[in-house]
Amino acid sequence: MDKSKSYINSYLGGVLLGLLLLATFYINGRGLGASGAIKDSVAATVNQLAPEHAKESKYIGKLLSDGEKPLNSWLVFEVLGILAGSFISGALAGRLKWKTEHSPKISIRTRILFAGMGGVLFGIGSQLARGCTSGAALSGSAALGLSGFITMLCIFGSAYMFAWFFRKLWI
Amino acid sequence: MGPLIPQGIIGEGWSYVIAFITGAFFGMILESSGFSSSRKIVGLFYGYDFTVLRVFFTATVTAMIGLLYFNYMGWIDLSMVYFPPMYLWAAISGGLIMGLGFIMGGFCPGTGLCAVGIGKLDAVANVVGLYLGIFLFSEGYAFFEKLYLSNALGDLRVNEVLGISSGLFAFLFASIALTAFIITAWIQKRVKPVDY
Repeated sequence: MDKSKSYINSYLGGVLLGLLLLATFYINGRGLGASGAIKDSVAATVNQLAPEHAKESKYIGKLLSDGEKPLNSWLVFEVLGILAGSFISGALAGRLKWKTEHSPKISIRTRILFAGMGGVLFGIGSQLARGCTSGAALSGSAALGLSGFITMLCIFGSAYMFAWFFRKLWI
Repeated sequence: MGPLIPQGIIGEGWSYVIAFITGAFFGMILESSGFSSSRKIVGLFYGYDFTVLRVFFTATVTAMIGLLYFNYMGWIDLSMVYFPPMYLWAAISGGLIMGLGFIMGGFCPGTGLCAVGIGKLDAVANVVGLYLGIFLFSEGYAFFEKLYLSNALGDLRVNEVLGISSGLFAFLFASIALTAFIITAWIQKRVKPVDY
């Protein structure tokens, strides 16, 4: 395939995502997530490398009480599903490709560096706010949680606030 | 009736199968909407592509109204539906840090994972960073603890704080979303397109 198929309509995507979220609430009693699964894998890694240190941790120690295995979690399986689902969609649309996507004005190195730093900040912020864009902003807001709305407003507000400083990375 | 798993209507053994299938749909919807591309996502912040706003607002409104409808029909017990508890300063500061991470990295955790699924190497760097960030938070928890636990306000609902019914709030929120769709469509026509 020389030309990849285009994306689906944004509003259709939104309705499908909303229905999926509703079904998740109905079945599981809580919404979608992403950063929580990474937290579980951090807990599992630290537990593997330094079990005493992990159990003493006031943060991830809670995930390890009574010999619990943090990787046996709903979110970890959901995130494995995200990778599989995205792969299927990308394969059907001809978008599977090893690639670093970046503005022509910046180098691949710059892009990778900022992508990594953005990830670090998202990691810290998502722990403070008890969820990321999926778990706090999307799922929390849909369930009418005040914290979800505040987190959503702060994420998008802050990105707009800093957009001017990082415009060279994108436009 | 619902939610099913917390009430034992579906056995625990099924929960991981359901989790994987849920995630697969999540990944497919994100990818087919265009969220495996960081340059498409950040279009929201420079006015050249508002896909994120459309998908995000439509999904929130759909799920919110659906939940209220299910609750009204007695199909789900809304009091058993989880949302993160309100810790005011942690939610604000966490959100601000995430926003900065968003404009630098171009992905949030869900979209980053979605982009890893089709082979984006910048997304791999983003997810590695995410992992490191959570590790840093965990190791530095003593430093964050005070902020993390301050202003605990419990499970507050947005409509209760505003003193209106959940139905009226959903109506107002949907109206804001519709207004945003119209305004951003108008803006997008006037912003210089970016080729990506």
